[in-house]
Amino acid sequence: MAQFTLELVSPEQLLLSEQVDMAEIPAAEGDMGVLAGHAPMIVALRGGVIRVHEGGRVTKRLYVAGGFAEITPERTTVLADMAVPVEQIYADSARSRVAEAEAAYLEAAKGADVEAREAAMAKLLAAREMLAAAAA
Amino acid sequence: MPSLKTLRTRINSVKSTRKITQAMKMVAASKLKRAQSQAEAARPYAERMERMLGALATSVAGSPDAPRMLVGTGRQDVHLLVVVSADRGLCGGFNSTISRFARSRVRALEEQGKTVKLLTVGRKGRDYLRREYARNIVGEVNFVGKKRIGFEDAAPIAEKITAMLAAEEFDVCTLVYNRFKSVISQIPSEQPLIPASIPATGEVAADVGPKALYEYEPAEEAILASLLPQNLAIQIYRAVLESAAGEQGARMTAMDNATRNAGDMIARLTQSYNRQRQANITKELIEIISGAEAV
Repeated sequence: MAQFTLELVSPEQLLLSEQVDMAEIPAAEGDMGVLAGHAPMIVALRGGVIRVHEGGRVTKRLYVAGGFAEITPERTTVLADMAVPVEQIYADSARSRVAEAEAAYLEAAKGADVEAREAAMAKLLAAREMLAAAAA
Repeated sequence: MPSLKTLRTRINSVKSTRKITQAMKMVAASKLKRAQSQAEAARPYAERMERMLGALATSVAGSPDAPRMLVGTGRQDVHLLVVVSADRGLCGGFNSTISRFARSRVRALEEQGKTVKLLTVGRKGRDYLRREYARNIVGEVNFVGKKRIGFEDAAPIAEKITAMLAAEEFDVCTLVYNRFKSVISQIPSEQPLIPASIPATGEVAADVGPKALYEYEPAEEAILASLLPQNLAIQIYRAVLESAAGEQGARMTAMDNATRNAGDMIARLTQSYNRQRQANITKELIEIISGAEAV
């Protein structure tokens, strides 16, 4: 199976740079599976888990809290706001993030600013994804 | 001529000073290594961000509703300078160089009749600029007590700038910081933040080739709207890291010089101590001999 380079970078470090078969990316408008030779795209990400497939199995799972991805036929670069391997997420810290995001959302929901509410909602969903990833 | 006792105390005090400067030098050296590797770790993200931004900017450029963060407000009247300095002293000319550089920039801009606002990052730069331009300072940030500067520390600065831009409080934003050239040399430099400097179109085309026709999801404008603030934060983060590495480099050099100077001083003092001691002995001998002769 043709492979492509998947790079995952956060502002603080380069987390991943290797040849993979397929990557599942949590794009803002739905998950997408990227294979080698994908049409060039730039997508925004929501909070979620990137799954790396190699040899027909999921070999790595990494949680990202939003960001962007640049897809070209031979290379995919994910610029994550924050990224952690799923094994390193603690359910407790994920739970407290969810609680924080819920409080922030309730606060934003009171105001009339639609954009702020949407941003808070996105944060809340990202935190819930994190918790789900930790539990799985 | 000072007495033997005062010389002895002087030598001892200089010796303990040397011990301190030597220890500070070693601490700075190890912190420098850490700061450098942190700055290096941040590089890939910034590079890729630039590449993506270049591709996006080319496709949005020229459209009348291009985001303000990319093209500015179209005026040049109010300048915001973000001055990055260190929180601590004892690092040679590091802080005064950057502060003086910032001051000359402010002066040049004010001579052109522009309004200048200052946002200081780091305590020392604020202390310096406050003397002359207290009314220009619109905000200050410092990292006192932080062991390691993370991205989450730099992001609020970018948020503040974004909020100020939305409120039309400035037209042009420039970052002033010490660029890390090498351990012994830091160069005060400025970098335009808003309007954003985007790599030239030619560069981007050469990099991605003719396939630079990306599809966007969501639309280009929406991606650009969230990409630009992130880019701002990344540029500030990068400058803060460079400045932090430069600070440690400058401190290391300064402390190395101080250690050497202390060594020279000890040698000089020891020599005059010995000379004084010998003079005393000679004087006593003469006294004894002349006493014996008189008998």
